[in-house]
Amino acid sequence: MAELLKVNNLRTYFYRNEGVVKAVDGISYKLDYGETLGIVGESGSGKTVSVLSLLGLIRRNGRVEGGEAIFDGKDLLKLSKEELREIRGKDISIIFQDPMTSLNPIMRIGIQIMEPLIWHRLLSDKDARDRAIELLRVVGIPEYKTRFLDYPFQFSGGMRQRVMIAMALACNPKLVIADEPTTALDVTIRAQILNLMHEMKEKLNMSIIFITHDITLAMNFCDTIIVMYAGKIVEYSSIEKFIKNPLHPYSQGLLNSTLDIEKKEGSLRPIPGNPPNLINPPEGCRFHPRCSYVQEICKEKEPELREIEEKHKVACHLVKGGNLNA
Amino acid sequence: MPELLLVKNLRKYFPRGRKLLRAVDNVSFSIDPGETLGLVGESGSGKSTLGRTVLRLLEPNDGEIIFDGIDIRRLKGDDLRQIRMFMQIIFQDPLASLNPHMTIGQAIEDPLIIHNIGTKEQRRRAVMELLDIVGIGREFIDSFPHEFSGGQQQRVGIARALALNPKFIVCDEPVSSLDVSIGAQIVSLLYELKRQFKLSYLFISHDLAVVKYLSDKVAVMYLGTFVELAPKEELYGNPLHPYTRALLASVPKMPKNGGRQRKFPALKGEIPSSVDLPSGCRFQSRCEYVMDICRREEPIFREVSPGHFVSCHLV
Repeated sequence: MAELLKVNNLRTYFYRNEGVVKAVDGISYKLDYGETLGIVGESGSGKTVSVLSLLGLIRRNGRVEGGEAIFDGKDLLKLSKEELREIRGKDISIIFQDPMTSLNPIMRIGIQIMEPLIWHRLLSDKDARDRAIELLRVVGIPEYKTRFLDYPFQFSGGMRQRVMIAMALACNPKLVIADEPTTALDVTIRAQILNLMHEMKEKLNMSIIFITHDITLAMNFCDTIIVMYAGKIVEYSSIEKFIKNPLHPYSQGLLNSTLDIEKKEGSLRPIPGNPPNLINPPEGCRFHPRCSYVQEICKEKEPELREIEEKHKVACHLVKGGNLNA
Repeated sequence: MPELLLVKNLRKYFPRGRKLLRAVDNVSFSIDPGETLGLVGESGSGKSTLGRTVLRLLEPNDGEIIFDGIDIRRLKGDDLRQIRMFMQIIFQDPLASLNPHMTIGQAIEDPLIIHNIGTKEQRRRAVMELLDIVGIGREFIDSFPHEFSGGQQQRVGIARALALNPKFIVCDEPVSSLDVSIGAQIVSLLYELKRQFKLSYLFISHDLAVVKYLSDKVAVMYLGTFVELAPKEELYGNPLHPYTRALLASVPKMPKNGGRQRKFPALKGEIPSSVDLPSGCRFQSRCEYVMDICRREEPIFREVSPGHFVSCHLV
């Protein structure tokens, strides 16, 4: 499969009074056409910042310090604001967790869906209107012709997220970034939205970066998984390999922290402690203060992300010959 | 064993213009000493209102709440305050439920002061012990809530709830706003405390896996009523109500060797408004098995096997 996006050694730091927060500190990955990549991690692991960096959407106190992000032959990190604006919403679109804060509260739903089509000069006003109505139908809004004129507050949370998806799909993007798109939704509505996203992906053959804290969800929904911890990738694997053999102690810890309704008796083994402060991250492996297998080398030397087997990389000193030797 | 809490035909309505929002509509259940009842349902099903009404943080419109043999709806003033020592609550958002001007130590000591328990010295010792129990270092006793992470704040909320040696705690989505690894720590802590102090919980959550882990029996709530109530293994192993089945099916399972799930069986539509309830069975507008009788008659909540209650015409 052809490569759509290749990220090399991306670093994004935030400058605060207390010091420099190394939110994303040297991550590399690639994404093929039609691939769904899951980025999993907890708050502060850098999963959202890592994608906002690609789109020039980092807040003022933050800066992309280095690296490259080749999308469709162009380095996104070197583009001007105007050039990026041409790509955002057209070739790359984004779906956020909270649709209420990402929709304009005083603009009719239909007009908001038309906006990217008109802004990017893809369609005339009239054609954009027809396309917006069609998109509302596709994403499953009942009475879509009349709801076209409604405002966001007249929609439920699930319906708003459908509108966000319609907006994201409006220009037939090559890449959709979905940042916790179902986290704020109830379980039955979550299932509806996931099904919709899967259906759209199959139909339109787009690539998806799916950011979530829910490792079970990522393992079901994605082709490839990245596990992030404290601004670094600790494991990067095809889903098949990851299901069979999750290797990094943090990945295993996340799995042991996750309850599953199918398990007979729950065996919950939480990871002790809290994620580190990224102004002064721990020396060596950033996970070592919470790792139950920690050894001397982990405190001194930072492990590199190494290929353990085909399509499976892990950053841990203790992984040898495809096993965690603890 | 007599039950610790017995709730009969509880109703809590809120006025909405000329109409009524039936947040809790004729709910009955019991909880034994040391037993945990899990309560699941979507947003707007009335879970939190039920939890608060049981504690009389909200005044019920009708029904009985018998706690430890005492009808708490009749209690007033000091008597009510006395019984509240034994009934506590833990909230979803720990920061919003802590006073930002009080140190952690003061926050945990506060319930002891309100109930006039111990001398200053004794209370300080009790606070230290509570910090140990919930896993916060004693050196943090003079810290303020904002200096803590979400998980530590929730530990403070738990210590406060434990301060008066309660028998019963309403846990209202206590891990929903926490990260996975931190949420797991809090779930483990609640599990340990329940065993150590023989606590009863009313554990409210939209997360079916967490509810399964902590509960002895589980109730499924929809639009203000229970649609199913059963011992844990029975509810997860043999769900009878179409809504319970749909809820369980919509949860992603941990994939085993290669068995991934890309499509999730999804319930159609959304939860209707509690102001304009559907006629007949409240679930009929979303039920795939709906029949004529479901649109006409409200099904009765009845016991179909020991301890297993369900309200559905088709069962």
